[in-house]
Amino acid sequence: MTTRSVSGSRLRARPRVRWAYRAVGGFALAAMALTACSSGDSDDSSQKSDSGSSSKKPSGTVTVFAAASLKESFTALGKTFEKEHPGTKVSFNFGGSDALAASITSGAPADVFAAASPKTMKTVTDAKAAKGTPATFVRNQLEIATLPGNPKKIATLKDLTRSGLKVALCAKEVPCGSAAQKALDASKLKLTPVSYEQDVKGALTKVQLKEVDASVVYKTDVKAAGGKVAGVEFPESKQAINDYPIALLKNAPNAEAATAFIDLVKSAQGQKVLGEAGFLKP
Amino acid sequence: MDGGSRRRSGTPRFRAGVPLPLLLPALGGLVFLVLPLVALLVRAPWRSLPDQLTSVAVWQALRLSLITATAATAVALVLGVPLAWLLARARFPGRRLVRALVTLPLVLPPVVGGVALLLALGRNGIVGRWLDSAFGITLPFTTMGVVIAEAFVAMPFLVISVEGTLRAADPRYEEAATTLGASRFTAFRRVTLPMVAPGVAAGAVLAWARALGEFGATITFAGNFPGRTQTMPLSVYLALQSDPAAAIALSLVLLAVSIAVLAGLRDRWMAAS
Repeated sequence: MTTRSVSGSRLRARPRVRWAYRAVGGFALAAMALTACSSGDSDDSSQKSDSGSSSKKPSGTVTVFAAASLKESFTALGKTFEKEHPGTKVSFNFGGSDALAASITSGAPADVFAAASPKTMKTVTDAKAAKGTPATFVRNQLEIATLPGNPKKIATLKDLTRSGLKVALCAKEVPCGSAAQKALDASKLKLTPVSYEQDVKGALTKVQLKEVDASVVYKTDVKAAGGKVAGVEFPESKQAINDYPIALLKNAPNAEAATAFIDLVKSAQGQKVLGEAGFLKP
Repeated sequence: MDGGSRRRSGTPRFRAGVPLPLLLPALGGLVFLVLPLVALLVRAPWRSLPDQLTSVAVWQALRLSLITATAATAVALVLGVPLAWLLARARFPGRRLVRALVTLPLVLPPVVGGVALLLALGRNGIVGRWLDSAFGITLPFTTMGVVIAEAFVAMPFLVISVEGTLRAADPRYEEAATTLGASRFTAFRRVTLPMVAPGVAAGAVLAWARALGEFGATITFAGNFPGRTQTMPLSVYLALQSDPAAAIALSLVLLAVSIAVLAGLRDRWMAAS
């Protein structure tokens, strides 16, 4: 577009050009600083993991890709791990299990993958990106999240089908949505939500913002939300319990420390932290 | 953006010998932008494409996308052109700040826009609460909500484009019209608007294309329900979770529609005058 501007505007363009140079320079500097940082980081970790492999003690950075619902408990476990193994650092990537699985199969450098459903783990094992067989370390049950104090008096899953009630569900494509659908099918209920949310946190947020009266989410999400939502348990949720598998990844840059982290998650101590967050024992 | 500057007739021809330091990065830039689209074509499930595209869900989402993007563009035109005029022609204190605020949705992450819309127009929002109690209107989770989310994100494109054109247009024509007895509004309608029509059209096309691709604000503010609020970008995203082939097929449709409209209108409107 600039090529067509009349020559008169060229006079005005001067300071703008200088400004652009400065901006570009700024970006370049920032980029250099960033790359310097990251390369320093990776050098650091590789050196540490090298020295670690010789002494057989976990060290360096462990990169854990974990389902969004594990955020609170895994963050706590990461701190425990770093304390127990001085010189280690656990760095997390929390997100939707499907998105994480996709980035692992496309080559993201990760050591551990903890998924919210066996189906998402299967995409990783099918791509031969996992080492050994994934182990189920916790299970998660659904719960109805409703407004604090439960003003609409929701007591059962069937109450959600009442007319005039606004309900958000997870989309059937994501684990919490397929679980909710299973529970509804098991009790032969037909529920038309106002929205199929793209993940469990989306469904929960709509309740927190009071845009819907209720949503079906995991027990752990209700617990993590504190007093911002009220949880209503329903027996049909037993029909749709999600297994959470964890696996060491094949191209793990730091396999030793990763194995130690998985051991911590499966240990009594790890199970205690996860149990307090609302997860069930496998 | 110098888009609104007066233009010479015809396009500039290649001068003999493009300097290599310019040519190489330029070609690199071209490859960078086009390669992902080529990948989409290469990996497309051509064989199962007819089945994918004849499903009711696809047409429902595409139809909704086209309708809401067009409605959002209409909203942007009605509100955005006067706003652009205000920014380009009127002098008032704090104009720079207003312009910055108007362009904010351009750089704001769309999800943030969606959250902001919920807090303003949601059932519990500062204005939405009143809309709900006084008129019984709730905007989230409705098709109207999709239009609002799209208009919020797309309108700045129109405003910027029209403002640029207005700045480049000579205000003396309007002054001449008013000295000849036309009212300010008549001058705007009969002189200014026809003069900046290509800029308005270009801005409308940009806004329409942006609205068509809008994802974050839509899913946050309007949610996702087939037939009511599930537009093409939303169904692409959700299809990717379970059926990547379907997601590629849907992306192709969206790509084809976007290219068709941009190419078709560009020649007619953008190169005009």
